[in-house]
Amino acid sequence: MIFTSLFETAWHALTTHRMRSFLTMLGMVIGVAAVILMLAIGQGAQAMVRGAIESMGSNLFIIMSGATTTGGARVAGGTAPTLTFDDAAAIRELPDILASAPVSPGSAQLIYGGVNWNTSVYGTTPDYAVVRDWAVDSGGFFSEADVRSGARVAVIGAVVARELFGDEDPIGRIIRIRQAPFEVIGVLAAKGQSLDGRDQDDTVMVPISSAQQKIFSGSLRNRARFIMARAVSEKSMDAAESAINELLRSRHHVGVGQDDDFTVRNLTAIAETAASTTRIMSLLLGAIAAISLVVGGIGIMNIMLVSVTERTREIGIRMAIGARRRDVLWQFLIEALTLSLIGCGIGLVLGIGGAWGVGSLTGLPVAVTSASVLMAVGVSFLIGVFFGFYPARSAAGLDPIEALRSQ
Amino acid sequence: MTHPGKPLIEVVNLEKDYPAGAGVLQALRGVSLSIAEGEFVAIMGASGSGKSTFMNLLGCLDRPTRGSYHLDGQDVSRLSSDQLAALRNREIGFVFQGFNLLPKLSALDNVALPLMYAGTGREARRRQAQAVLERVGLGERSHHTPLQLSGGQQQRVAIARALVTHPRIIFADEPTGNLDSETSRQVMDFFSQLNREEGITLVLVTHEADIAAYARRRIRFQDGRVVEDVAQAEVAA
Ligand SMILES: Nc1ncnc2c1ncn2[C@@H]1O[C@H](COP(=O)(O)OP(=O)(O)OP(=O)(O)O)[C@@H](O)[C@H]1O
Ligand SMILES: [Mg+2]
Repeated sequence: MIFTSLFETAWHALTTHRMRSFLTMLGMVIGVAAVILMLAIGQGAQAMVRGAIESMGSNLFIIMSGATTTGGARVAGGTAPTLTFDDAAAIRELPDILASAPVSPGSAQLIYGGVNWNTSVYGTTPDYAVVRDWAVDSGGFFSEADVRSGARVAVIGAVVARELFGDEDPIGRIIRIRQAPFEVIGVLAAKGQSLDGRDQDDTVMVPISSAQQKIFSGSLRNRARFIMARAVSEKSMDAAESAINELLRSRHHVGVGQDDDFTVRNLTAIAETAASTTRIMSLLLGAIAAISLVVGGIGIMNIMLVSVTERTREIGIRMAIGARRRDVLWQFLIEALTLSLIGCGIGLVLGIGGAWGVGSLTGLPVAVTSASVLMAVGVSFLIGVFFGFYPARSAAGLDPIEALRSQ
Repeated sequence: MTHPGKPLIEVVNLEKDYPAGAGVLQALRGVSLSIAEGEFVAIMGASGSGKSTFMNLLGCLDRPTRGSYHLDGQDVSRLSSDQLAALRNREIGFVFQGFNLLPKLSALDNVALPLMYAGTGREARRRQAQAVLERVGLGERSHHTPLQLSGGQQQRVAIARALVTHPRIIFADEPTGNLDSETSRQVMDFFSQLNREEGITLVLVTHEADIAAYARRRIRFQDGRVVEDVAQAEVAA
């Protein structure tokens, strides 16, 4: 039998029961749309996490003031930082460490001309740019000499540059950070979002000495809230971690059996955990969506079974005038396939539209890949065959005489 | 008995059992007869005497429990279900008492349906179906669905469907059972014409003597056996 005739027959049968066909397809539509949307969101989330991890820098440690408690590190709010600038300098001298920078963070109001901007201020040392692998787009970073002399110079993030200066060149301009005048000497390259969702470009970096004298005047001199350090390579991470622990315990005179007054955390490991969590989350989303696709398939099977029962007499007539068993099988299989593939088509349109909508609403880099589209089409096809086969086979197996007798 | 032409249908000791409760119901108890090409046969008999059962066997819709059936010299019991389907498609036309048209399809599509299973292309199907519909006088009604046609018109559509593949035999099981006498006469005239002018072999079941009178041979069934098989003069059309 000719395939175009089969499709014509299927189309005719489906359009005779428009509402029923539509409702049957709806299961597939929702399933496919959900799969496409969930995969797109999952992929978007993974891309975002990857970007954040890349922007973080590699082989990173953060050493925080405060004890480790069971279940994680806690920095007791309000307590004085225990880490010193000298601790940071000593860590840098460790063989497995490439760079180490003390950080004194806070937030402050910036003023340039008539513009106000609230941002996070990092007091730190030139090593911070090395640790974070952070380049400057224009101008330069401040030097060790600037840190020693407490120079009032600032390196601003891309967002701050845009908000305060617009198209103007910021280099050489004077901005006020909490009223204190600082000269802008560099603009940082853009890094985008961090793992915890903050905009890393919304920042200002100044020498840590200047920050403590002019901006965070309440802070203890020569103390850092945390130190960031970078190991020379991924392989040396473990050795570096124990070396830092040992060094700081002896520098802080922590006796045997006493709790550390600092916490070393491997940021790279935390980032990897975040990445794999995201991966598992997106797999889970996809799996849940796939279940709804299977439910859609069961809906098709259900309606096809009803249809075979209703049309027993039709099947008998077709057999009497020369339909072979396989012609009847194909007729019902093609009907199921048409249902599932049209449902898939509508679902694709909705899913891609939905992904685009989610992308433009949330700014998540959602991505509908051709692989996920192909997969949705392939799975819909298989569902049509799988759930259409049983009803089709039961139709083809009917006895012509009995089928003709049925009412 | 005059049997013109060579035997097209030949059955020997045909039996058909249906399961009934613990035992079996013997619907046919050994029927032997032959029908030659070009014959016009009427089968009569009381209700339940096995006429439809016999027709279904001859029409290759069902298989006998025992006995042999040769169609055009071919042993039907040896054929696969696909071969039987092809036989029903090409050599055999059916006309039923209840018309058995597909209610959602137009007259044209109903008539074209056997051609689809014969593998004929779409355009050729429509052309041939339209031509046959014109022959049965329904050329103007080809786009009506069965529900929009009278009983007589529906039966003519069914006859057109039986004719569209140019079969050698038409089996009609009480084709006029649902029709009034005037319409019955028209249908029977058409059958006679087909038999006379095209030599199509006709086997029809009927309860009515005046319908059976159109045939040239009358076979009577009783309790699954043939009790009478006589030639008769053809009614002048
Ligand atoms: N599928 C079946 N299963 C069981 N018994 C059947 C079946 N078909 C027919 N019979 C029985 O076989 C016998 C012959 O039936 P058949 O339909 O051949 O009679 P018929 O001569 O055509 O009668 P009618 O004139 O009423 O159509 C009947 O007793 C009937 O009940
Ligand atoms: Mg009968």
